[in-house]
Amino acid sequence: MELLSYFPEWVLTHGPALLVVLPLLVAVITALLPSEKIAWLATILTAAMSIFLSVGALQYVLSVGPINYAMGGWEPPLGIGYHIDGLNAPVLLLISAVAFLCTLYALPSVVAEVEPKKRAPFYAAFLVSLAGLLGIVATGDAFNVFVFLEVSSISTYVLVGMGASRDRRALASAYNYLIMGSIGATFFVIGIGFLYMQTGTLNMLDMAQILQQNGAESRVTKLGFAFVVIGLGLKLAMFPLHTWLPGAYAYAPSFFTAFLAATATKAALYLLLRFVFTVFDVDWGYVAGSLTYLIAVLAVIGMLAASLQAIFQKDIRRVLAYSSVAQVGYMLLGIGMATTLGLTGGYLHLINHAMIKGALFLAVGAFWYRFGITQVADMRGLGKTMPWTTAGFTIAGLSLIGVPGTVGFVSKLTLVRAAAENEWWWAVAMIALTSILAIIYLGRLIECAYFHAPPKYGAVPAKRNEAPLMMLIPLWVLAISAIVFGINAEWTTSLAEAAVRVLDAGPNTMPLIKGGH
Amino acid sequence: MIEFFSTFSPAFILIAAGVFAAFFPLHHGRKILMIGAPALALAATASIFFDSQSGSEFIGGVYNVAGLELTTLRIDHMSFLWALIFCIAGVLNGIYALHEKCKITDSSALIYTGAGLGAVFAGDLITLFIFWELLALSSVFIVWRGGEKAYPAGMRYLGMHILSGVLLLAGAVIYGRSTGNYDFNNIGIDAPGGKLMLAAMGIKAGFPLLHNWIQDAYPKSSVTGTVILSVFTTKLAIYALARGFAGTELLIYVGAIMTVFPVFFAVLENDLRKVLSYSLNNQLGFMVCGIGIGSTLALNGVAAHVVVDILFKGLLFMSMGAVLHRVGTAKASELGGLFRTMPLTTLFCLVGAGSISAFPMMGGFVSKSMIIAAVFEEHHYIVFAMLLFASAGVLEHSGIKVPYFAFFAHDSGKRPQEAPWNMLVAMGCAAFLCLFFAFPWGGVQILYNLLPSEVAGEAAFHPYTPDHVIFQMQLLMGAMLAFNLLKKRGLYPPERRAQILDFDWTYRKLGLGLLSWGNQIWTRLGAQITHMAKRFFGAAERRFYYLFSPASALSQDAPSGLAAILTAVMLAAILFAVYLL
Repeated sequence: MELLSYFPEWVLTHGPALLVVLPLLVAVITALLPSEKIAWLATILTAAMSIFLSVGALQYVLSVGPINYAMGGWEPPLGIGYHIDGLNAPVLLLISAVAFLCTLYALPSVVAEVEPKKRAPFYAAFLVSLAGLLGIVATGDAFNVFVFLEVSSISTYVLVGMGASRDRRALASAYNYLIMGSIGATFFVIGIGFLYMQTGTLNMLDMAQILQQNGAESRVTKLGFAFVVIGLGLKLAMFPLHTWLPGAYAYAPSFFTAFLAATATKAALYLLLRFVFTVFDVDWGYVAGSLTYLIAVLAVIGMLAASLQAIFQKDIRRVLAYSSVAQVGYMLLGIGMATTLGLTGGYLHLINHAMIKGALFLAVGAFWYRFGITQVADMRGLGKTMPWTTAGFTIAGLSLIGVPGTVGFVSKLTLVRAAAENEWWWAVAMIALTSILAIIYLGRLIECAYFHAPPKYGAVPAKRNEAPLMMLIPLWVLAISAIVFGINAEWTTSLAEAAVRVLDAGPNTMPLIKGGH
Repeated sequence: MIEFFSTFSPAFILIAAGVFAAFFPLHHGRKILMIGAPALALAATASIFFDSQSGSEFIGGVYNVAGLELTTLRIDHMSFLWALIFCIAGVLNGIYALHEKCKITDSSALIYTGAGLGAVFAGDLITLFIFWELLALSSVFIVWRGGEKAYPAGMRYLGMHILSGVLLLAGAVIYGRSTGNYDFNNIGIDAPGGKLMLAAMGIKAGFPLLHNWIQDAYPKSSVTGTVILSVFTTKLAIYALARGFAGTELLIYVGAIMTVFPVFFAVLENDLRKVLSYSLNNQLGFMVCGIGIGSTLALNGVAAHVVVDILFKGLLFMSMGAVLHRVGTAKASELGGLFRTMPLTTLFCLVGAGSISAFPMMGGFVSKSMIIAAVFEEHHYIVFAMLLFASAGVLEHSGIKVPYFAFFAHDSGKRPQEAPWNMLVAMGCAAFLCLFFAFPWGGVQILYNLLPSEVAGEAAFHPYTPDHVIFQMQLLMGAMLAFNLLKKRGLYPPERRAQILDFDWTYRKLGLGLLSWGNQIWTRLGAQITHMAKRFFGAAERRFYYLFSPASALSQDAPSGLAAILTAVMLAAILFAVYLL
């Protein structure tokens, strides 16, 4: 593809490493910077660079093939290998793009929410978190995954806790998240330990190949599988392991909530796909069984229960947080079907939901920024007082419901078709039912914003007070992309199909080629 | 230019105009859009139709969404005819609403018209579903323009139509899944999912027992709203039925019942716009019946009847709207003698009334007689008799009752102004078209040439044969005689404010008695059911609230210890699964 010719050679050869190392290095510098403005500038430049690098990687993967990068010249399986293919390249781009948009938004929002002294370190922690997420996705080494999982999680705990200057409950939530997150990471690393015991390697491709030869039926592998699935289940907020999520989303600083909701669970979901389909093998009875009887079933229960919970919440961000748990259910349902169409639907929903939830949380942050609104009841009259923000919120909300012409419709339709193909009529019914529940919980917010008069201060109704442009731009970029990719879903669908080709191909059966790139 | 227009459905012109109008502050600009957009859509459609080899099917605007091919532009004879009349109706509605300053009506009317057009052009069931839902969503805002009383009616309306959409989608998915394609062609009741789709279309077409939304919502909308609403939703359903279920025998009987039962209600009803809503249902019955017959003649008759029905029913609603606009009420008991000051409106209303009653030389005659002839040809004599009875009934309630009680009858003493000029222009155009399409020397031939199937020579249908005309005149005269007799004897239900179902013991005593009894039982049963439902849902809501609300066990910030135990339990579960499977 000719687009590739615009990228300099070093982007293509060292892109995967730079993607992870750059934010880490800049984070260190940022932490020491005296001025928040410069810190912000450094952050946004890094995020822009990440987009550039991940677009390069994506183009390379799509037009040439998977990238295998040996860190520091040490060839895997001895050294750490980065492996980028159709499955993770779109996720890298997604994380970078959301990071960029959220950073744009951060400039006004951080001023309002974080104490002046802590702002530069705040950006540094954000960069560390970004590096961690990119690392999780880019690396091909199982232990390295754990390391980055911890890197991103620990910075996330810190960032959630920083919400304390706005609401003290952030501390309790961050603590809760810390405990649960650590349990998840521990489970994961125990699982990796078992797999290491069985295979003697930490490189995922190598591991897959050795497991294929022997060890599929070994108890150690089974133990490893169970631990990895539960550990990741915690990280991606699989029902009923989602209890950390509503608190963390509700009290973190606004811009970080948006980033977290759009990327963190998505990275964990990617890992689940990567492990279940390319390290383990869906042809093994117990893997297929767990997908059908455990993941799909829990997904559906989660969709229903979390949607119902969202209906009764009074805090807007909690409504959206429970809705996230429900949406994770959709993705897991797609994964649980384990068919090409189901996986495509799940992966599409992963991409689409990131746009939608990002936009929704950004809008809610803007509501808080202007009027200090956190409760549903306080949204009265926002259609008049903040028309542009509310319009963006509404578009994203409609998209979450799955109105035709928006991204939500595309992915839900694919999931429905996949369920129909499997003849899982109960799943079709559940998708329809939870969409109706989504109409209720989002309709409640939108109705309040448009059909109730603005509150009065004394006798004067609240004046129009639109969010600053720096907040509107990222919100509208996401909202518009939710419509554009809803009307013409060819690009996103092709990305999802490329990802699913990787999953369908299954685990690597070739011995690891040494010296390859 | 044609190349440009043939790449996308003209429906998008209207929808884009509607979205634009929602934000456009200038009243006059919106009005230009209201008239210009349907006219442009009409021009685009016509240029594509006449440019492509007429007779063959034109396919365009194909989008690939998530692996599904959506065809948004399919123009053949059938969809062209519907699109044509929809666009004409859109222009007339625009003229009629010229005086009204309301962003919501303007924009939703445009989107509503666009949705109707888009559904007509839909080449597959998914596209049909999308526009089907858009139709419902955009039109409910028009219903709501009617004010306080219209709000609950609008909610009920929306509920029915969303249900219809869900049924359609479910049927389409089942159909597409088992046949492997989503093409929107003849489906048939026995196809997988066919019954669901038939039910979906039945709701929109106002099948008996599914019809209440029409009389519930339409009369409650605003002056212009009712006129706009009367055109698209039901006629689209007829289109979908004609495409998907032509020749389904069940529809013959459903249609026959549809023509007959509204007659009783319409005769008793006091609100003249509601009378017209019942007669709308009755006219739809003729079309459904024709679709059930499914012969070439019948389907041509249906298509012709759709064209003239949109014109004369629109005309009647427009005239009643004009009365409502000037007098402030459309209740028979409060009107009368308006012909003195509203002569033109009276004249147009009489043209509409004559057309709906199928007087020779007027709209309904050339189309309805085709359907009735088709029924006769297929030897459905009972149905034939029912249709004749219904035709007489139409004359009774729409042909005589509406103009008589509004403009003549006893003088109410009201002397309103003549209708605004724009309403007169719109009514005049509609009246002209009603007469034109029935004009034996030229007009009717144009109408027949536009019909979906071309029939020439011996088989061609000629409305103006002596026996057709004489037969029709006998029927009409008989019905008028009956009206006069009843009126003279004081037996004709007088115009009363209250809606009473059982006051006329001569008039179908048994049927009405049953109705009234049913009504009472229904009221009691309804109250009982409402009570039980309230208790049930109240209890269910409380339970749900205890389970899921922020204060509930599920939603409290779970202590991390508990969550950790939960994780362990999950691990145990998966280990159990993994070892056993």
